[in-house]
Amino acid sequence: MNVISVGFQTLLYKETLRFWKVATQTVAAPILTAMLYLLIFGHVLEGRIEVYKGVSYTAFLIPGLVMMSVLQNAFANSSSSLIQSKITGNLVFILLPPLSHWEIISAYVLAAVVRGLAVGAGVFIVTAWFAHLSFVAPLWILVFALLGAGILGTMGVIAGIWAEKFDQLAAFQNFLIMPLTFLSGVFYSIHSLPAFWLTVSHFNPFFYMIDGFRHGFFGQSDISPWTSLTIVSVFFVVLATIAINLLKRGYKLRH
Amino acid sequence: MTAIQISNVEKSYKALKALGGVSLTIQEGEFFGLLGPNGAGKTTLISIIAGLIRPDAGSVAIHGHDVVSDFREARKKLGVVPQELVFDPFFTVRETLRLQSGYFGLKNNDKWIDEVMDNLDLSNKADVNMRALSGGMKRRVLVAQALVHKPPVIVLDEPTAGVDVELRQTLWKFISRLNKQGHTVVLTTHYLEEAQAMCQRVAMLKAGKVVALDTMSALIRRISGSQLNVHLSSGSLPPELMHLVSHDEHGNGNQYSLRVNEYAEVETILARLRESGAVIDEMQLQQADLEDIFLQIMDGGTL
Repeated sequence: MNVISVGFQTLLYKETLRFWKVATQTVAAPILTAMLYLLIFGHVLEGRIEVYKGVSYTAFLIPGLVMMSVLQNAFANSSSSLIQSKITGNLVFILLPPLSHWEIISAYVLAAVVRGLAVGAGVFIVTAWFAHLSFVAPLWILVFALLGAGILGTMGVIAGIWAEKFDQLAAFQNFLIMPLTFLSGVFYSIHSLPAFWLTVSHFNPFFYMIDGFRHGFFGQSDISPWTSLTIVSVFFVVLATIAINLLKRGYKLRH
Repeated sequence: MTAIQISNVEKSYKALKALGGVSLTIQEGEFFGLLGPNGAGKTTLISIIAGLIRPDAGSVAIHGHDVVSDFREARKKLGVVPQELVFDPFFTVRETLRLQSGYFGLKNNDKWIDEVMDNLDLSNKADVNMRALSGGMKRRVLVAQALVHKPPVIVLDEPTAGVDVELRQTLWKFISRLNKQGHTVVLTTHYLEEAQAMCQRVAMLKAGKVVALDTMSALIRRISGSQLNVHLSSGSLPPELMHLVSHDEHGNGNQYSLRVNEYAEVETILARLRESGAVIDEMQLQQADLEDIFLQIMDGGTL
């Protein structure tokens, strides 16, 4: 496999250019949404909740919102690109050339990572003014941002391949991605939950992405970042294997 | 050398048998026509050649490379113009062609892109967004996309469906030139006169099977025929000539189309008409063309 082949580079460039050409919708809009979350939740809950000692609620919330934006936008990029191409029929331009399965998946996932990180960076820039943030372990921030975006980009590829209509993709987004994101500890520490939901949260892979990401800022987290890293990495490998197999089999792409 | 080798290809969609064991060998440099009515399996066969559909049985190889197991090499050799008018609304014509070149591993392909655009009269639309193009222009871009990597085998699936005369002429001029330079061309079209003018060899598909396969000249020779069109101002066709009336013209008023195998038969027909008292006021002898052959085969006749 040659991951820096011209085919891969071109597909990556195309996927990046595609969202960049409509950046108002794909980058600016999610930044505004995250900003609104911060203003509303921060205003209501600031001073009432202290999740980690010495960390204000707004400061606690910001990394969660950044990661949530990274994850949601990484998913949106690959999934919406694929479903649009499938429905309009222009996916044929990707299916006719001699692109390998690896080239296709790497390009779609990496473009999703680029969009996820672009939106995440934007959310961070506009929200960081509202609280004092520390960066105890920047490497963890980077590792979890990359892995989280990669995972959601891969989930987007799977959803984009599976869905045949926009409403099927919307169902995937609304009934799976949204609940998993919202129930992952973006807005709270899972230790504030009743025992049952605390246990359930441990089955949510998104929780580990956000918890590990937040550890990079505060040096504090609900569980060890090494445990999170292991779980998140395994999850990524499993999803990537599924996505590669779908592409190899031509599932819903090459009938 | 064999450009496309199709061996016993079968494909079913649930109960529908789209292709029932198709085998064809297309040689390098040929201009080959794939004809048949809607639903005959032409697009399914082309999609299998292109790797867009996987066959249930059988195999296809492009220049010796299997389209499934050795798909990368096979696809490098192949340029396909799909039937559907598809485009990516995010990009301009030039961006679209540069991207397509890149997918085929080609960087800095602008010289050839410019030449293709020039040959398809697209140069003045190079920086126009795909959305803003007319249907005919979008079709030209589709053709250009299939040619960005100078494929030795070019497959065109109904490339002139719904396009104006100008594009047809531009397209055929360019494709003929490429064919003369050694590119193999496979064409499906509903315009039989187009196939007759362009193709050296033709396969006719019916209900997923090859029902005729020959050179164009041999096919036309095999129907050996001409058609005598007569219009009678009085009288009617004598019963002994009724069996010559071709399948599609059963007594249209006083207008008859009679199949004749050799010119000598014309004399006999005229003599019979005279004897019966019929008077001819209009007469025309027409050479058989691909359409006659096509209709005869599709009606279940044999050649």
